[in-house]
Amino acid sequence: MLGKGILPFFDIHMKNKQYIQAWLLLLPALILLAGFTHIPTIKTIWRSFFSLGENTDIGFVWDNYEFLIIDDVLWQVLGNSFWYLVITVPASIVIALAMAMWINRHMPGRSLLRLSYFTPTVLPMISVANIWLFFYSPEIGLLNSILGLFGHEGYNWLGDPDLALYSVMAMTIWKEAGFFMIFYLAALLGIRPDLYQAARVEGSSEANIFFRITLPLLMPTTLFILVNAILNAFKMVDHLFILTKGGPNNASNLLLYYIYENAFSFFETSYAAALTVLLLAILVILAVMQFGVLERRIHYR
Amino acid sequence: MFKLAKKIAVAGLVATGLTSMAHAETKLTMYYPVAVGGPLTKIVDGMIEEFETQNPDIDVEAIYAGNYNDARIKALAALKSGQPAQLSVMFSIDVHELMDLGAIVPFDDVVSTDEDKAWLDSFYGPLMQNGKVDGKTYGVPFQRSTIVMYYNKDMFRKAGLDPEKAPSSWAELVDMGKKLTTEDQWGAMIPSTGYPYWMFGAFTKQNGEILMNQAGNETYFDKAGVVEALDYWKSLGEEHKIMPAGTIEWGTLRQNFLEQKTAMMWHSTGNLTAVKKNASFDFGVAKLPKGKELGSPTGGGNFYLFKKSSDEEKQAALKLVKFMTSPDQAANWSIATGYMGVSQASYDTSELKQYVQDFPPAAVARDQLQHATAELSTHKAGRVRKLLDDAIQASLTGQMSSEEALQKAQKQAENILKRYK
Repeated sequence: MLGKGILPFFDIHMKNKQYIQAWLLLLPALILLAGFTHIPTIKTIWRSFFSLGENTDIGFVWDNYEFLIIDDVLWQVLGNSFWYLVITVPASIVIALAMAMWINRHMPGRSLLRLSYFTPTVLPMISVANIWLFFYSPEIGLLNSILGLFGHEGYNWLGDPDLALYSVMAMTIWKEAGFFMIFYLAALLGIRPDLYQAARVEGSSEANIFFRITLPLLMPTTLFILVNAILNAFKMVDHLFILTKGGPNNASNLLLYYIYENAFSFFETSYAAALTVLLLAILVILAVMQFGVLERRIHYR
Repeated sequence: MFKLAKKIAVAGLVATGLTSMAHAETKLTMYYPVAVGGPLTKIVDGMIEEFETQNPDIDVEAIYAGNYNDARIKALAALKSGQPAQLSVMFSIDVHELMDLGAIVPFDDVVSTDEDKAWLDSFYGPLMQNGKVDGKTYGVPFQRSTIVMYYNKDMFRKAGLDPEKAPSSWAELVDMGKKLTTEDQWGAMIPSTGYPYWMFGAFTKQNGEILMNQAGNETYFDKAGVVEALDYWKSLGEEHKIMPAGTIEWGTLRQNFLEQKTAMMWHSTGNLTAVKKNASFDFGVAKLPKGKELGSPTGGGNFYLFKKSSDEEKQAALKLVKFMTSPDQAANWSIATGYMGVSQASYDTSELKQYVQDFPPAAVARDQLQHATAELSTHKAGRVRKLLDDAIQASLTGQMSSEEALQKAQKQAENILKRYK
């Protein structure tokens, strides 16, 4: 019974006609998945081992992977991606939760506040990046104008290698937090109010309520957000095209952007394939960690 | 039912066959980068429309595709997937890479008549440097520029400087820059993101050096004169403080100039019309200052013909390129955009003559041409360019000394280019 509808070819009780129908129903999704996900993935892995630059008929080679190890820029990029991940993910989650708690109470102007928190998510990344580019601009930018009011001469936000990556992160967090807030808000509304009432009757402190009731009950949502945030930390590089192009001197370069550069600016498609396999491997490891380790510790109702 | 459908289908087939015979059109697909955006596409569309009325047997479809990089990617992807594309405007410096990919044919193989050959010789010499390889012409100049210096005459006046005299030497740039730098404004800004190697090409040429050989398989990044040029660039921000330290954003620089945050900027001539339209102050345009000599790299896009097209299509494409680069069209193009007229003949047209007379800055790029050099162009151009970009940024931001950064870039470039010797 279990296989019915999910894996039709295992179900021996199914009649011939149903069998065909089931496959036909699956077909559109299968074609899309295979055509745009699975076949390209396999081809990429294949290419990373069986091609070198423009040459595709050279048999098995390790060269692309050997180059991974000696490529200084890659190590810098991996370092950047690591810090990008460990800073943007927790920061956007904490801010999202804080915003959700904040607007999940009765107060005037609540829907306006919700809207304004959510706006960054609705705007296309490229266009907001163009706006942020001007925020960050040292001479005419908003940020330095504000600092100027306090007599500070300001920073070269995107042009200083010590600041560029953090400037990029700030925009990412701003963009992500509003999106995650929506999920937290929905989850908060789903928590039964009698739990809170009971806690209050018992004289529990607000902090205790938060850590003993709210946070545990939000864990499934947090896992979902965490998975998305981690994926996005690798996926979202659109703003780099506008803000820094990975510079100065690769100070804000991230793995996916580096793959793009190799594939489309340098035409090093086989090296880009090896980099893609590396990215895939990192994502698989992270996914195993998330679902294997974290999920077991999460309390589902 | 079925029979009827069949009949309709046959009728349809016959009908389309007849109409296509009646026209006997040659269809051309052209990829075109829009590096500066907006009105450019309208201008190109207008030119194409005029071409089509003159040549009713040729049908041109222009596909606009982002910046130079995007246009190249899209054109090459289209060719790879078997979609037709006969010509494209692409970065003039992509020539070696396009040849390595076997994507383009030289114009010499397509031109036949003496008139065509004369046309091929009609362009300014320096504009051909990036288009010629092994004595054959692969790229015909169209959307071309040099770097010029825009300066704010009002600020010059305020600082007690002669508004008609922009700095003409490296020393003067520093001196005047110091006078022009105040609490609220910088003396000069030279962009170091986007295309740092291009700006650097100006400094090196001014210091009497070039960055690569014509065959595109050797680079000279670590030569003493090249290191010196980068040290000078760096000193403007670090030592003389007439320019912000760190990197300066290409994309927002024009706005900085228009909002009078800098008295001078180095930028593409392609910005001229936009600056003219938006400047609320009196501005001037001058040649870049002289180090050991005057100099700027050329820049911008060339026409290329794709190999994967029939002889008929190639002839039609040639006709289109000839039309677009004809003196009249080139003159209109230059007036509308600020890019330069590509031949002497275009500056001899009455329109452009008049325009230059009324607005002398329009001639600066052309006058600078005689001191121009080729833009950095090698095999594996994207990668080699990035190496130099990184080195420049590493030096400007103080991560490395100019010498160390350029030596590193040179070593890596040699590694990449040894395959092409």
